[in-house]
Amino acid sequence: MAGNVTFLVEVLVGGIAAGLMYSLVALGFVLIFKASGVFNFAQGVMVLFSALTLVGLMERGVPVPAALALTALTMIALAFAIERVVLRPLVNQEPIILFMATIGLNFFLEGFGEMVWGANVKKLDVGIPDTSFIVRGVQMNRLELTAALTAAVLVAILAVLFQRTKIGRALRAVADDHEAALSIGIPLKTIWVVVWSVAGLVAIVAGIMWGAKSGVQFSLSLIALKSLPVLILGGFTSVPGAIVGGLIIGVGEKLGEVYWGPLVGGAIENWFAYVLALTFLLFRPQGLFGEKIIERV
Amino acid sequence: MIYRETGQFKSSYASDQAIFPVVQDRIFVLLVVAAAFLVPPLAANDYWLQAVLIPFLIYALAALGLNLLTGYAGQVSLGTGGFMAVGAYSAFKFSTSFPGLNIIVVFLLSGLIAALVGVVFGVPSLRIKGFYLAVATLAAQFFLIWLFNKVPWFVNYASSGTITAPTRTVLGVMVTGPQSTAGARYVVALGLVAVFALIAKNLVRGRVGRSWMAIRDRDIAAEIIGVRPLRTKLLAFAISSFYCGVAGAEFVFLYLGSAETLAFDINLSFLVLFMVIIGGLGSVLGSFLGAGFIVLVPIFLTNVPHLIGLSLPVALQKQMELMVFGALIIFFLIVEPNGLARLWQITKEKLRLWPFPH
Repeated sequence: MAGNVTFLVEVLVGGIAAGLMYSLVALGFVLIFKASGVFNFAQGVMVLFSALTLVGLMERGVPVPAALALTALTMIALAFAIERVVLRPLVNQEPIILFMATIGLNFFLEGFGEMVWGANVKKLDVGIPDTSFIVRGVQMNRLELTAALTAAVLVAILAVLFQRTKIGRALRAVADDHEAALSIGIPLKTIWVVVWSVAGLVAIVAGIMWGAKSGVQFSLSLIALKSLPVLILGGFTSVPGAIVGGLIIGVGEKLGEVYWGPLVGGAIENWFAYVLALTFLLFRPQGLFGEKIIERV
Repeated sequence: MIYRETGQFKSSYASDQAIFPVVQDRIFVLLVVAAAFLVPPLAANDYWLQAVLIPFLIYALAALGLNLLTGYAGQVSLGTGGFMAVGAYSAFKFSTSFPGLNIIVVFLLSGLIAALVGVVFGVPSLRIKGFYLAVATLAAQFFLIWLFNKVPWFVNYASSGTITAPTRTVLGVMVTGPQSTAGARYVVALGLVAVFALIAKNLVRGRVGRSWMAIRDRDIAAEIIGVRPLRTKLLAFAISSFYCGVAGAEFVFLYLGSAETLAFDINLSFLVLFMVIIGGLGSVLGSFLGAGFIVLVPIFLTNVPHLIGLSLPVALQKQMELMVFGALIIFFLIVEPNGLARLWQITKEKLRLWPFPH
């Protein structure tokens, strides 16, 4: 039986690790949604795009710190461009219109990234070894541990940013109501640039982790779709929700795949997360940590 | 317009509420439909029929389905590809299990199956709204595609995992299978689209459509005035999935000939969604305009560089296509969030006053 328990723990650890990776992508979504009410479908592609830029620069011989800094600058420039070209003309449009604009953005960035950096799979190596070690008979992976730590640090920083700073308060105000925020003198443009930049930086972190694990390739943006069930499970507006949702989805998915997958032919990872999230939503429509939506006429 | 509606007084409710209350509009639409039935099969070559017109009609039907759900009932769905797959695989099962069944009946039956599946995945819409629902419909997309991939029964245990349209006739004319002519398949597709567009047009201006729009605009208020949300939403899911299912069946039987689940992946869902956005949310005409636009853009992008003497590598062409699609969607949303249909409406209104703009 000891073997079984070890196996179970290994599955759990794998699930937690995978879940945290989803959480990293989901964090970017939450940031933008929380701070501007825009459902950013392009977050997955932003992750891919940042990883591509980083790898592309490193392949051209730019040293790692400089490449990181340049990628960060690129993402901030992207935030400016998105604000100017996409968001500003769409102020006061319905959320659904903004959502569809980000789908357009998604496609544009996908084509653009591929055009600039090429379509082949690239290896990303930022110096974190993807090796395993064994604690009490359970395999652990250094890369996954690093990802977990990074996620934890990021969440701590973001939580402070949102709850304790002036800009955080402004961000929450904008999310509540664009027009009201504008009328009390919150600069909407600045807020949007800030929040998309932060989301871009989070995307870089996620991109590094994902890229180091499975190489930088276009299937990454599809994997990133996995962070959507994480989001609906955790609630669109909750930073801790993104983490907890990620853990639940990651663990649930791995357990499902390992224990029930073989009964129905395997590869249920593709949809298990979605169905899990969907079932959950039937009982708690706003997600785990989402704000209770009170609707009035 | 070149004609005026002055002097056309309505003296009965029936004539006031006609689909096209202006005589000239009615004649124009009838002429267009008649021309669509007659001209392309005789005049267009196989390339045009096969690569432009047939996919256009099929996409238009799918877009019409999604437009009923998203544009009229306000339930955003990213699962269109999944529902189309249901239609395609049921059509395959029906036509191979009951070889005597008329192919049109097969299409309709597969639409019904898709409608049933749509209702099942529409149930959460009662509790989940907006973006949560959009994400939840992805469950339908991924689950259904997985199901058709994993269960060999759906492909009649073919080792290749593909479904192929069997040879079937309508009124003695071969319409599906490899020997059918593009013209015949075009006419079948057009016939179905024409009928379903008429039904849709009537649905959305009647009681059903009004209750959909009430739910879309303000669901709680609609509930208070007596629109039953569960029934209304599920009906929207059912009818929308029916349309998508028929479109999916046609997609394999009249257009591709044979397909595997890859043809129905999430990109198809997005493509249909784009048609609806670009064409115009909540517009029957918009579904057609959007489908035409999305079908023509890639053809345009492939041919224009050739015409001006450039030859782009295929990969670059694909990337350009993605970028242009993305940019166009953003452009459209900014310039006219209500899509091509709204532009057409504005043009008509301007022409109505022309040449006296004020």
